[in-house]
Amino acid sequence: MIEGADIIKAAAFLGAGISMGVGAIGPGVGEGMAAAKACEAIGKNPKEAGLLTRTMLVGQAVSESTGIYSLVIALLLLFVV
Amino acid sequence: MAYDIQTWVSVAAFTGGGMAMGFGAIGAAIGEGYTAASANEAIGRNPGQSGDIFKSMLVGQAIAESASIFALVIALMLLFTSYPSHILSVPVLLGAGLCMGLGAIGSGVGSGFPAGAACKGMARQPAMSGRLTTNMLIGSAVCQTPAIFSLVVSFILLFTDFSANPISPTWAAILGAGISSGFGAIGSGLGGGLVAQASCEGISRQPLTATPVTNVMLLGQAVTQTTAIYALLVSFILMFKSFPATDALAPPMALLAAGICMGIGAIGPAVGEGFAGQGAVAWIARNEKYIADLTRSMLVGQAVAESTGIYSLVIALVLIFVV
Repeated sequence: MIEGADIIKAAAFLGAGISMGVGAIGPGVGEGMAAAKACEAIGKNPKEAGLLTRTMLVGQAVSESTGIYSLVIALLLLFVV
Repeated sequence: MAYDIQTWVSVAAFTGGGMAMGFGAIGAAIGEGYTAASANEAIGRNPGQSGDIFKSMLVGQAIAESASIFALVIALMLLFTSYPSHILSVPVLLGAGLCMGLGAIGSGVGSGFPAGAACKGMARQPAMSGRLTTNMLIGSAVCQTPAIFSLVVSFILLFTDFSANPISPTWAAILGAGISSGFGAIGSGLGGGLVAQASCEGISRQPLTATPVTNVMLLGQAVTQTTAIYALLVSFILMFKSFPATDALAPPMALLAAGICMGIGAIGPAVGEGFAGQGAVAWIARNEKYIADLTRSMLVGQAVAESTGIYSLVIALVLIFVV
């Protein structure tokens, strides 16, 4: 006989898995696009490599933020609730 | 059920919270990545404008981010608020999580498109920076409205007291409402973004056409938003109509099917109308003399694309009211 508290824990783990698993799709795709275009831009204009790399990193950081939200929700589900 | 109701409510809350943040993170991240990519391309072409382009990129990314903030808010509410120990809380929590999670996808990606086009446009025409920023803000704001519809439906689901309604078929009505607005927001967000992207690019190529391009952009975007409004309408009907109690399986399945029908059926027409608007706006910028012909073609084409969206609405209403 499975305990009620056990099922709640099971659901919390499932929610954490969905949150981080599905939530990792977007930042991956978005940051990849940013990196690709940065490479292309540096290839066309190597003199500006420093500025372009900096812009790419800032843009990727913003894209990363939603992935961090998913990570936070996953950690909350694993350890807090 | 050997377990008490509160167990299942907690199960639904955590699963719904996970879905809300998981799905909600996809769209905004892809849209922001696209904006960063376009900003890099633009700075590579015109390093002297890097300050303006960088600022524009951050503002555009902030708008795309708002959709995932809505999803974070709903996820946190699902995790940490206590809900009534009523069996209907289970579909409420799952429906709210699904609704906001899915609803954030289209708006996040869609808001990234005009921001990217604005960044590229500033590299091409630095003098139009102000106008491009305004256009980007207007276009992105329209793109966010489907995510706001999803947020509204999620809030209504979370804060309405369903305890007076019969358990069956209300559980299906609640899930159907969440699914309808959740999926229904995807296409409109994407479609609106495509039109706004074309308008920013058009203004940068032909600054003198800024006003007609913006007007047709708003017209084209308005048409793409219609299917999200149909989905919102179906959600409201499912949430607020009182259904007679039933023991059979068919009536709840009809309500769930109505939500699925309108939700998924809203995606395609909106994206297609977005392509139509994108084409029309891009060529009005190149060929302002033919704005009347182009606008007429866009509207006729969008009306034909809308047809399957109307069929979905009709079938959803038939499922709710007739069978």
